[in-house]
Amino acid sequence: MSATPLIEIKDLRIRFHGDDGRITHAVDSVDLSVANGATLGLVGESGCGKSVTSLAIMGLLPKRSAEISGAIRFEGLDLLKTPDQTLRDLRGNRLAMIFQEPMTSLNPSLTIGEQIIETIQRHRGGSRRNARERAIELLRRVHIPSPERRIDEFPHKLSGGMRQRVMIAMALACDPRLLIADEPTTALDVTLQAQILELMRELKAASGAAIILITHDLGVVAEVCDEVAVMYAGEIVERAPVDELFSAPQHPYTVGLLGSIPRLDHRPEQLATIEGMVPNMARLPAGCRFAARCPFVLDACTRAPPPLLQVSPGHLSRCIRAPLERLVS
Amino acid sequence: MALLEVQDLVKHFVAERSLFGRARAHVKAVDGVSFSLEAGKTLALVGESGCGKSTVSRLVLRLIEPDAGTVRFDGRDLLSLDANALRAFRREAQIIFQDPYASLNPRMTVGQILTEPLALHDLVPPTQRRGRVAELLRLVGLEPRLERRYPHEFSGGQRQRIAIARALAVEPKLIVCDEPVSALDVSIRSQILNLLRELQDRLGLAYIFVSHDLAVVKHIADHVAVMNLGQIVETAEADALFAAPRHPYSRALLSAIPLPQPKAKRTTVLLTGEIPSALNPPAGCRFHTRCPFVVERCRIEAPELLADSAGHAAACHRTAELPSTDAILPAAGGFSPALAKLVAAFSRKTEGAAVSGVGIQGTAPTTT
Repeated sequence: MSATPLIEIKDLRIRFHGDDGRITHAVDSVDLSVANGATLGLVGESGCGKSVTSLAIMGLLPKRSAEISGAIRFEGLDLLKTPDQTLRDLRGNRLAMIFQEPMTSLNPSLTIGEQIIETIQRHRGGSRRNARERAIELLRRVHIPSPERRIDEFPHKLSGGMRQRVMIAMALACDPRLLIADEPTTALDVTLQAQILELMRELKAASGAAIILITHDLGVVAEVCDEVAVMYAGEIVERAPVDELFSAPQHPYTVGLLGSIPRLDHRPEQLATIEGMVPNMARLPAGCRFAARCPFVLDACTRAPPPLLQVSPGHLSRCIRAPLERLVS
Repeated sequence: MALLEVQDLVKHFVAERSLFGRARAHVKAVDGVSFSLEAGKTLALVGESGCGKSTVSRLVLRLIEPDAGTVRFDGRDLLSLDANALRAFRREAQIIFQDPYASLNPRMTVGQILTEPLALHDLVPPTQRRGRVAELLRLVGLEPRLERRYPHEFSGGQRQRIAIARALAVEPKLIVCDEPVSALDVSIRSQILNLLRELQDRLGLAYIFVSHDLAVVKHIADHVAVMNLGQIVETAEADALFAAPRHPYSRALLSAIPLPQPKAKRTTVLLTGEIPSALNPPAGCRFHTRCPFVVERCRIEAPELLADSAGHAAACHRTAELPSTDAILPAAGGFSPALAKLVAAFSRKTEGAAVSGVGIQGTAPTTT
């Protein structure tokens, strides 16, 4: 990672205050940074806090119920202290986001052209004709055939893969420096997924933007990411360069995840399973949040929350038993 | 004799009607599909959205009526069954759906959900039904005391276990699993896959496993049929298909799976163009608009599904001329010895161990 990251998250904590007075600890002490041109994978299962983290970066969490502390530094600004007006200028411009559901994130009553042109004119101004030309150019960049014609179509006329391309075109409209992609291929068929991943690689190479890719699919992470952060129950439990995460994971949760995916390269008699359940985020255990499900658990694990410590250069683990190789040698 | 034999199954849905109700356009959802399935084995139907795999799975259960073709189950012609015989058949073949949130009635307790099939088919005397429900719950790795709870109190993985228990209640020979793990998280997915395999070994169940995920299919299937636009384009023993896929479409599917191996050097066959509409499938080979190996003949003449002596069949004019598959298949990988040992720590205690010895009554556990 370079000396000055494009975005740096320090000690991010997010709590939700429910109507019934319950407080949910959605995200706890998250530290992350992404350099220009790098792709960070944010991995974890439903409810681990990965999407909430990305919404906090975009300033899209509800002010009334979400209590956010820490710092999110992006291009010299702390996004958590930035006034709404400035955030609106950043979103869709320097900061862009792609969501999972291309059907629900496009406005069904506007043509795709109108939606892209709106973004361009909002941030760049200029004439409608120029914005329209740029929109066509963007659609061509994401490989939509005959963009001159497609630009006047409504979202329902497009297939799922096409809609996701339109979403990407819209996100790229103002050359963002940071692109957050939240499960961008989860709703797509595998051949379309391959096309979209290839497109993201291509666009990253062309624009040099940084990408935060949120996904539950470790295969997708292995294909496109440089660095990976694994989240569990609101915390980052492991951070590593992508090769190391897959060859020598240092947190038991990551080990369990790797063992539980069916693979093409070998077929075990039984897949690994992570027994038990994610802890209740309103009543978290005192020690390690994974302790109840961990096969390597010690008494010490349940007493105090483990810190995120470096195991080897660039490789951090929130496990007091790391390096894990010791346990099996 | 095979448990299930399907011949030339056809189902066209009406997509558009004229003012007077005459059909104007048809979606050719299933167009001449044949396969057979042995008792105790798993056949996977694989393909992208809209390829007809789910329609096939509903046709073989006669949840929808085919336009042509035959389905034979245990030697009987399914399509000639009357209402009573059809209800009896429902005891022998069941289905599990993708979304366990939608497939369980939210107003019924788990106990009621599991008692309903027992009462409907009059399988167990009323006094013994509670005991049977407890047994079913234990069979799928849930505690019997949970029978008083409602579906919303369970996680996705637990609900899928309940759906499996409901399917098992009637002691079926065949279960259609329609994307049973697609809606589940990674670690939950592996639990359900392990459970399905374990139940198959113990109870001798046959599965039709509908999925778009080839890695999951490789893990669970004995036999695979790859579908494109209502037709089977390749079918083979799972090992043979994954070792050397013969149809360009199977190859593209296989090469498109993102592998959890960052250093894997492999070429992805990127298909260009959109999936053609089943309303108006392309002439000739239905894959020719997206095929990287297309020649003139493919645009005119539909290829036949031809099998070799080992039963590996592909419908492609150019099978013999296609390049080697080495570049698109994942290198033999697996875990380093240390990582394999760490992973093994997660496999040591399996939920099956806690419930072993509980068989379905009237069904002898298979010995394997």
